[in-house]
Amino acid sequence: MSLNRVVVTGMGAVSPYGMGADILYSSLKKGASAIRQVPDLETVKGLRCHIAGVVPDLDEKQIPRKFRRSMSRMSVYSTLAAMEALEMADVREEQRRSEQTGVIIGTTVSSPQTLQDFFSDYLQDFSVERVKSSLFFKIMGHSCAANVAQSLGITGRILAPSAACATGVQAIGLAFEAIALGRQDIVLCGGAEELHPLTVAIFDIINAASTQFNTVPDSSPRPFDERRDGIVCSEGCGILVLESLDSALSRGASILAEIVGFASNTDTSNISTPDSARIEQCMRMALASAGVGSDEVDYVNAHATATTLGDSAECRAIEHIFGADIPVSSFKGHFGHSLAASGSLEMIGMLNMLQEEVCLPTLNLYIPSEDCAMVRHVQTVESCAVKTALKNNFALGGVNTSLVVRKYV
Amino acid sequence: MTQQQIIETVNRALSEEFELEPADMSPEAHLYNDLGLDSLDAVDMVIVLENAFGCKLRDEKAIQNIRTMGDLYAFIEEKKKELE
Repeated sequence: MSLNRVVVTGMGAVSPYGMGADILYSSLKKGASAIRQVPDLETVKGLRCHIAGVVPDLDEKQIPRKFRRSMSRMSVYSTLAAMEALEMADVREEQRRSEQTGVIIGTTVSSPQTLQDFFSDYLQDFSVERVKSSLFFKIMGHSCAANVAQSLGITGRILAPSAACATGVQAIGLAFEAIALGRQDIVLCGGAEELHPLTVAIFDIINAASTQFNTVPDSSPRPFDERRDGIVCSEGCGILVLESLDSALSRGASILAEIVGFASNTDTSNISTPDSARIEQCMRMALASAGVGSDEVDYVNAHATATTLGDSAECRAIEHIFGADIPVSSFKGHFGHSLAASGSLEMIGMLNMLQEEVCLPTLNLYIPSEDCAMVRHVQTVESCAVKTALKNNFALGGVNTSLVVRKYV
Repeated sequence: MTQQQIIETVNRALSEEFELEPADMSPEAHLYNDLGLDSLDAVDMVIVLENAFGCKLRDEKAIQNIRTMGDLYAFIEEKKKELE
């Protein structure tokens, strides 16, 4: 069976830098940190991490009320990012409304703020009399995907993978497979996240959050660095338009890159501690899926959240496959860990790098930690003609994901 | 509560909830055809009016027959009279 080639024709982003894929990439390129002190986090008893990457205020009213009423914050992010991505891809109305155009957008959990609002009211007197009609639409597991489809009139399949920090790459991987198999021609895909104190607390409780840089927020997270002390959470949504090469060529779309391989596997050694061997196996499976040899990969965009165990396990796995000379960097130092959104937001950064033929460094990496020193860390903006790149994202629960991307020429 | 106060309270609650232009909220305006509300909005309309007027409205049979803003004003006026 011959498989369709799959390309990227559009990108859209809502990130802690603001609205737009352009501002995301220009901020990455400038080496700007989006991490700030968040006063709300300081008021949470027992919470030791007070910094995060927060999306600035957006003009939500770009979305008509009829669609916006069923959206939590994460669905607003998804819709604005999807609108930008569709505009860039220049997908016509009749194609959007074809059964062959779908939406695959996942989240870590459904809107925590909406759930908080509901339970704060409900627990007063165990009454549902004040609950508005939109509650369910804001908290259903596929809320972002459904709201994007409804508001943009997309009538193909809706899927909503949920794999915490690996969600974004899983969504792109599922879209890649659906298009390769010919089940869809075009898919809007990615992950979305809205910041809530619970999100930060989840990592602080398991001693995986950054706690030592509350007064100098732009100094953390510090992927691979000897002073790294954990994750800094953030929020947003990244959306890619994936499309079969035939579809893109037939309508004269601009092609940004080609997705050539995807893999996801499970690490059952521990629900939270990463196993380097399972990460390595995931990357090997992605390369095999792409039909690409390890010597053909020019750059790895790492998951690297700045945890002690995670960064080290990933570096060992990368070195086992690619050797010590492959350039590696992570964008977590720039805008933190946007969890479900991280894979797709970071992909947007990486695709821009491919187009501009540069490798961007890991922000806040000054002295690579000894247990991460076995690969070549990018520490300044490097000019490099990357043809093939690999993108990793991993998640609590034992989920590993890797994508292989090739420059389209 | 005077009729004018009822009209103003209804208009304020609905314009805020549904982002309606006050100028469009004439007594003749049809909730669905003119103001663009739908069945989900009708559920929320009852909740915001219950909150605005401090009384239960959801199980009132007459509410099913409301079509225009004028019907709504009259319904609330009747309900307030009952309670006074």
